[in-house]
Amino acid sequence: MLINFESRWTRIAPTASIPPREGRAVTVAGAELAIFNLGERFVTISNQCPHQGGPLCDGIVSGAVVVCPLHGWRFDLNTGLAVRASLPACVETYPTRVEDGIILVDVAAARRIEPNEAVA
Amino acid sequence: MKQLVVVGNGMAGVACVEQILKHHPDFEITIFGDETHVNYNRILLSSVLAGEKSPEEIVLNSEDWYRDNGIRARLGVRIERIDRARRLAIDSTGAETPYGKLILATGSTAFVPPIPGAGKKNVHVFRTLDDTRELIAKSRSGLKAVVIGGGLLGLEAARGLQLRGCHVSVVHLMDTLMERQLDRPAGELLRRKIEDLGIRVLLPRQTQALLGNGRVDGVKFASGEEIEADLVVIAAGIKPNAWLARESGLEVRRGILVNDYLETSDPDIFAVGECTEHRGQTFGLVAPLMEQGKVLAATITGRRGPVFTGAAPAAKLKIMGVEIFSAGAVDASEPGVEVVRYEDPSLGIYKKLLVKDNRLHGVILVGDTSDDRRYTQWLREETDLAPHRRHLLFPPPAADSGLEVAEMPGSFVVCGCNGVNKDDIVHAIHEHGINTLAELKDRTRASSSCGSCSGLCEQLLRAVAPEFEEETRTTLCACLPFSYEQLREIVRGQQLKSVQEVLNVYGNRKGCEVCKPALSYMLDMLWCGRHDEDRSARFINDRVHANIQKDGTFSVVPRMRGGVTSPAELRRIADVAEKYNVPMVKVTGSQRIDLLGVKKSDLPRVWADLGMPSGQAYTKGVRMVKTCVGTEFCRFGVQDSTRAGIELEHRLENLFTPHKVKMGVVGCPRNCAEATVKDIGMVGQDGSWQVVVGGAAGKSVRKADLLITVETTAEALDACELFFQYYRENANYLERTYDFVERLGIEAIRKATVYSTDAEKRKLLERLRKSKAIAKDAWLERDTPANPTQFVQIEPLETTCS
Ligand SMILES: Cc1cc2nc3c(=O)[nH]c(=O)nc-3n(C[C@H](O)[C@H](O)[C@H](O)COP(=O)(O)OP(=O)(O)OC[C@H]3O[C@@H](n4cnc5c(N)ncnc54)[C@H](O)[C@@H]3O)c2cc1C
Ligand code: HEM
Ligand code: SF4
Ligand code: FES
Repeated sequence: MLINFESRWTRIAPTASIPPREGRAVTVAGAELAIFNLGERFVTISNQCPHQGGPLCDGIVSGAVVVCPLHGWRFDLNTGLAVRASLPACVETYPTRVEDGIILVDVAAARRIEPNEAVA
Repeated sequence: MKQLVVVGNGMAGVACVEQILKHHPDFEITIFGDETHVNYNRILLSSVLAGEKSPEEIVLNSEDWYRDNGIRARLGVRIERIDRARRLAIDSTGAETPYGKLILATGSTAFVPPIPGAGKKNVHVFRTLDDTRELIAKSRSGLKAVVIGGGLLGLEAARGLQLRGCHVSVVHLMDTLMERQLDRPAGELLRRKIEDLGIRVLLPRQTQALLGNGRVDGVKFASGEEIEADLVVIAAGIKPNAWLARESGLEVRRGILVNDYLETSDPDIFAVGECTEHRGQTFGLVAPLMEQGKVLAATITGRRGPVFTGAAPAAKLKIMGVEIFSAGAVDASEPGVEVVRYEDPSLGIYKKLLVKDNRLHGVILVGDTSDDRRYTQWLREETDLAPHRRHLLFPPPAADSGLEVAEMPGSFVVCGCNGVNKDDIVHAIHEHGINTLAELKDRTRASSSCGSCSGLCEQLLRAVAPEFEEETRTTLCACLPFSYEQLREIVRGQQLKSVQEVLNVYGNRKGCEVCKPALSYMLDMLWCGRHDEDRSARFINDRVHANIQKDGTFSVVPRMRGGVTSPAELRRIADVAEKYNVPMVKVTGSQRIDLLGVKKSDLPRVWADLGMPSGQAYTKGVRMVKTCVGTEFCRFGVQDSTRAGIELEHRLENLFTPHKVKMGVVGCPRNCAEATVKDIGMVGQDGSWQVVVGGAAGKSVRKADLLITVETTAEALDACELFFQYYRENANYLERTYDFVERLGIEAIRKATVYSTDAEKRKLLERLRKSKAIAKDAWLERDTPANPTQFVQIEPLETTCS
């Protein structure tokens, strides 16, 4: 596991700019992120599908999972891990919170769970 | 001949008379009923209220039945007194009817607690067809309705009113719904499901008064809280209708006391149904009443012998998608009671069995009630569970499901609502050569009430009927375990307008990339575009109306009807391609021009600059109509294919379909635009058109089938439309026309479309027109986006310096 403890919360956008169960892309400090509105909370992952770079923000959300629009790989939005243990892939997740109706993302605290860690 | 008088023309009384007739008795039968209707299925009043059935459809015994069996029916006439000394039944007209034997089948009445204001206008109970008609007459869209009572009846009333457009609240005295039948976790799940349907549930609330000046306008609770109400339904329980027996001096406690032979304290008077009290128990469901009827029929025709020994209480909720069943004991704290449980919170399934002395003692099922019959049987027969211990919560593996019906005794009651047993069904199948469930329902009434035994009936058909045709059913996906047909039925019947609503009530609440787009299509089609559109349930292509490419950019294909364009259009396309640095401009196989590699954020401006409508190249919808030049220029042309093609495209464009629909129109059989390998094609001939459907030239090649040959272009276009709408309504999502035509067969499709009745054709076309009236060019969302960030990338409010 790789965690950067230096936190850097960035104000992104009003919560209303992402409709429920949809995602939107945003570029912050050089990183392209996908933020999702899960109804009761917002979550952020890196926008690029590790398969062939599909834009995950455009995927259909299924509970706390997003389905890549290009070839259907599925990622758990909480852990960033590809769903289905046989698939050794993952994306970064970013701490996300809402304050005064604004979505904030901690860009520096990217978290990446390597698939083998999860399997082990 | 002896006079038999039956007081009460309801379900139990008439069912008992039907049993009596089987014994060919020497009776002259008169039935009195104070309702003015022939015997109807009271259970289905909930369906009538919900608009799922008409009053005519729930009739159990038509006037012919009474006549054919020589029964005198006195409807709208109430028996006021029984003169036992003179053996006379005295009715509301004052007439005296002599009896040799008399059956009381007076049922029960709605219990109205002594709440001040209960007599106000617009306060109703829900017991009879007349009550139901009044509720239907009063319920209106937007009306605030309050149902007092969170039991079976109250919840069904609430759902019925809600389906009629009312805003419904259910208030209940206790802190869980159906607390007499359910434990706390089951009650909680039920509350969640009811709330998901959009019904407000208020627990616990003690109703103190109904407010309003003459007409009800609110409900006040003991806590002091008040809510508004235009209509109130009191569903607080029932009480046996025993006053007549009491006043006639029969022994009565809560109900009319009967013994195991259904005899009362007077040797010539018997009682059956909800008016009875047997071994301290009263009744609220029909299954045991049907048993009573059979026993009484034997007793009264001089075959006294069979006994009624009571029945475990059982209850089943009839709200589609809210599956609840409970039978036997509920209290798990009794000494010696073991609990066996299963829970799947995401699908909302909960099963709990109480086992005592290795016998089933009680059962609660939520979310999956498919096994209710097995449990009912175990309860009734006090089955030793030892051999079943490993399969308590689920039936043993499917291999022996045929065995299960084979092993069932002939007397096994398959349909509890109508008292139909296995023997009845097997005989009917043999005697009438029944092959379908519908025929079986017609003949035996099995499965025609609550429908919970339809699975078992199908199993019997499969085992016994030589040519039983099973409906093949494919479920959509794991999120939503129903077939397309069932889902269409659910969405239509339950008036569901949004994808999330369907998923919340019938699925796992999450949905996935398979079911969400399928449901989106279904809702749009069924409600002719008047559904609650939820873009999150759409594939990205349908969120931004362009086709996503492998690098995340999009392709743009404007509509070019019939493949006809103009120099001005071509110039604009060229300008757009340059202005937005479109990496590739390509002529497609469908006579259109594709601009590939456009960025999402450029889409609205690209569309505006093009000034052309969407070609729907990204969606499951109407793609194009490919045409040849036809009579206009071609020396072989015999029909004006270009004009007909453009007209066809105008008529169908912007509509969505189960899968993409490609069309072609050619001016003569040389078929230059390949109409015979299109989903819908028109092939011009001298003086006529051939309309062909189900062609393909993709992964496989299939020549289209001839739908019909017609003389005029107008007729040909109509035929295309009929097929088009029929495909929209009956194909499974992602089923191309060529699979659809093969699945149904072209003959069946002809019968359902071009050779159907004028009325049916008109209805199909009306629904098509209704959809078309609201369908619009999706690219207009460039000016009125579905949401502010539909096309734009979010810019962070602050930038971090890195
Ligand atoms: C909305 C609703 C939904 C239901 N759903 C279910 C269900 O899902 N499953 C289930 O098992 N049960 C259900 N029930 C209960 C079921 O309908 C009753 O158990 C059944 O109808 C009782 O039959 P009965 O003949 O005893 O009484 P009833 O059907 O009530 O018949 C009694 C008849 O006698 C008439 N009568 C009474 N007194 C006199 C008199 N003095 N002179 C002349 N006529 C008289 C009454 O007007 C009435 O027509 C439901 C009931 C309702 C109201
Ligand atoms: C051009 C190359 C590829 C294409 C077009 C492609 C396409 C797809 C598609 C369409 C699926 C979804 C299948 C489904 O939903 O059932 C899928 C899943 C999958 N692919 Fe590929 N794939 C490609 C390359 C690869 C490679 C190189 C690997 C592995 C090294 C791979 C591993 C997988 C796995 C494990 C899944 C299952 C993932 C899941 O369902 O969660 N794929 N791929
Ligand atoms: S199909 Fe017939 S009419 Fe049309 S272009 Fe070809 S030859 Fe001419
Ligand atoms: S790019 Fe995401 S699945 Fe292929």
